[in-house]
Amino acid sequence: MTTPSQFEQTAYYKALMHKMLVTIMTVSFIPVFLVSSTIFYQFRISYKEKIYAQFMDIVQKHTMSIDMFLTTKLQEIQYLSRSVTMQKFTENMFLQQQLILMQQVYGPVLVDLGVINDQGDQTAYAGPYSLAQAHYTDAGWFRKVMADSYDISDVFLGLRGVPHFVVAVRNYQDGKPWILRATIDFEAFNTLVKKIRGGETGFAFIVNREGDLQTRPTFTNHLDKHVIKMLFKEKTIPNKSVNAHIIETVDASGVKVIYTASLLKNGDWLLIYRQNASDAFSRLNQTQTISVIIFVLGGIGIVIMASVISKRMVHRIAVSDHEKEILNQQVIETGKLASVGELAAGIAHEINNPVAIMVEEAGWIQDLLDEEEFRQSENLDEFRRAVTQIKTQGARCKDITYKLLSFARKTDPRQQDVQINNLISELTALSNQRAKLSRVEIHAELTENLPLLRLPVSELQQVILNLINNAIDAMERKGGQLFIYTRREERHVVVEVSDTGSGIPEANLSRIFDPFFTTKPVGKGTGLGLAICYGIIQKMGGEIRVRSTLNVGTVFTVYLPIPDANHHSVDECKER
Amino acid sequence: MADEMSLSEKPRLRLLLVDDEAGFVDVLARRIAKRNIQVCKAYSGYEAVQILRKEPFDVAVLDLKMADMDGIELLKILKKMAPDLQVIILTGHGCEAAARDGMSHGAADYLIKPCDFEELTAKIQQTALHRREF
Repeated sequence: MTTPSQFEQTAYYKALMHKMLVTIMTVSFIPVFLVSSTIFYQFRISYKEKIYAQFMDIVQKHTMSIDMFLTTKLQEIQYLSRSVTMQKFTENMFLQQQLILMQQVYGPVLVDLGVINDQGDQTAYAGPYSLAQAHYTDAGWFRKVMADSYDISDVFLGLRGVPHFVVAVRNYQDGKPWILRATIDFEAFNTLVKKIRGGETGFAFIVNREGDLQTRPTFTNHLDKHVIKMLFKEKTIPNKSVNAHIIETVDASGVKVIYTASLLKNGDWLLIYRQNASDAFSRLNQTQTISVIIFVLGGIGIVIMASVISKRMVHRIAVSDHEKEILNQQVIETGKLASVGELAAGIAHEINNPVAIMVEEAGWIQDLLDEEEFRQSENLDEFRRAVTQIKTQGARCKDITYKLLSFARKTDPRQQDVQINNLISELTALSNQRAKLSRVEIHAELTENLPLLRLPVSELQQVILNLINNAIDAMERKGGQLFIYTRREERHVVVEVSDTGSGIPEANLSRIFDPFFTTKPVGKGTGLGLAICYGIIQKMGGEIRVRSTLNVGTVFTVYLPIPDANHHSVDECKER
Repeated sequence: MADEMSLSEKPRLRLLLVDDEAGFVDVLARRIAKRNIQVCKAYSGYEAVQILRKEPFDVAVLDLKMADMDGIELLKILKKMAPDLQVIILTGHGCEAAARDGMSHGAADYLIKPCDFEELTAKIQQTALHRREF
């Protein structure tokens, strides 16, 4: 027979365990995965929206403030140019005074001031450079200001070789245009943009339509002209509600970058805020990493638990299968025993006839030996002994076949009302002769007014007779006392048969009701008597118990069920 | 069928022994005859009826299971032919119910096969005595 652990090694259990493992894991993983990915997806979207809104906000605010700065500068110069005539400006000290005044009021943002006539000649100059006689007809800003009445130029190096840009306004004096020009300090303007920072990689800068830098970026990344073109394209038609735009792109070094841009200076310049996506979404990425770690750890937990649970379950299934197999085998054994019993009964029936003839023939020889002619025979005693032996052994055969038949036959199932005390009295009377021969005294102490039982009488007789005979057998050598008690215990009538025999060793007590188990000497017992009794009492719905003490004696207790219909008579008996 | 012994001068007890197991009938007849009983053997129910037609008997011992006829049927026929014939039934173990059935049909007693010889002769004597009293 295989053990449960060997059982589990078979392909069937391995496949079962595998199936369980896969099922548990699938059922656990799918909802976790769906829920967490949905939540994370939603979180990602809203977080991105929030970050984009932040970027737009930054860019829009700064665009406004830079535009404001430029407009203010323009207005200051316009005011100055209109406050006095061109002649007044040409007085050298006046321009110098105005410059100092403005620098005092607005800080050192204005580097110099100059007055240029319609020929492009600088007629007056105040500032740190020696540009008094400079000629500007070729400068872009000069042409623009002559055409448009004012201009704020791009940043350029110009004659002085230092980055700067120009704010110029045109005015008329005696029908002739003249220009008041101011130079804005690049560093002062650059600071405005440079202070726009975010995270570790976020910085801002300004470019013109040609893609030239108008400020000095914090990080000198390579500027992708294509991106700038794209950003300008998006902004060629300025949208009133949204005047900032965001694009996400991958730069030359393969880093994902977010550009937020807004037009300023009437669409000539673009304020660009640039930040690496990984930096902008660092919190999001952190959350993602944590979730992945949790998911992986949870997954490992699920896998471990699934394998432990499926292993345990398969073990339990294997154990119960194993038990079932044992039970099946027992059922088969029992079936075998039953068919063996039937077979034995058939044989016993057949053997009875020849045995009967043998015994009678032996009896006939015995009869003949009594006659005159054999009395003188010297072997007469031997003949007698042999014949007696044949008869004895024949009787033994009869005894065996009788018991085999009892064991296997279908008993009379008819139930009758039985007064147990009467039945016991009859049986003790029957056994008295045998008891006397074995020097056994039978004492019956029977409780009166016991309720009637409804049982098959012949079977009950068989049981009690068997117990009495066993008790006598147990005391056969030394003699002794046999007690039979009857009494009532709740729903049962109890019959107790006890002897003062040698007792049964404890090791044998548990096997005493097994078929073919006997403690009697070889040839004396078949080992069927108590097995039959046990079967009969079980079928009646009763119980048979045994307790024994070595060298003191044995007590067999039979519990017989009282039928429900007897309730009344029993109660009446009690009242009496 | 044949008379086994006719030694005694006194009117002896007349017994009809019916069983289809020839060996058993033969040895039993021999032993019973030795006890001063006149025994007649029949190996079947039919034969038993034939014999009873010819001569009267005090006691009949019938086997319940025979090839040609059921013991109870034979009992009914015999009782009809000779109402004061005493019948003892021999039955196999486990057929006491049939034997008791026989008792209700007028059998005097029953014994379970294989039976003790002394018990059988005692019962034969007893029932014969009963018949005479009756």
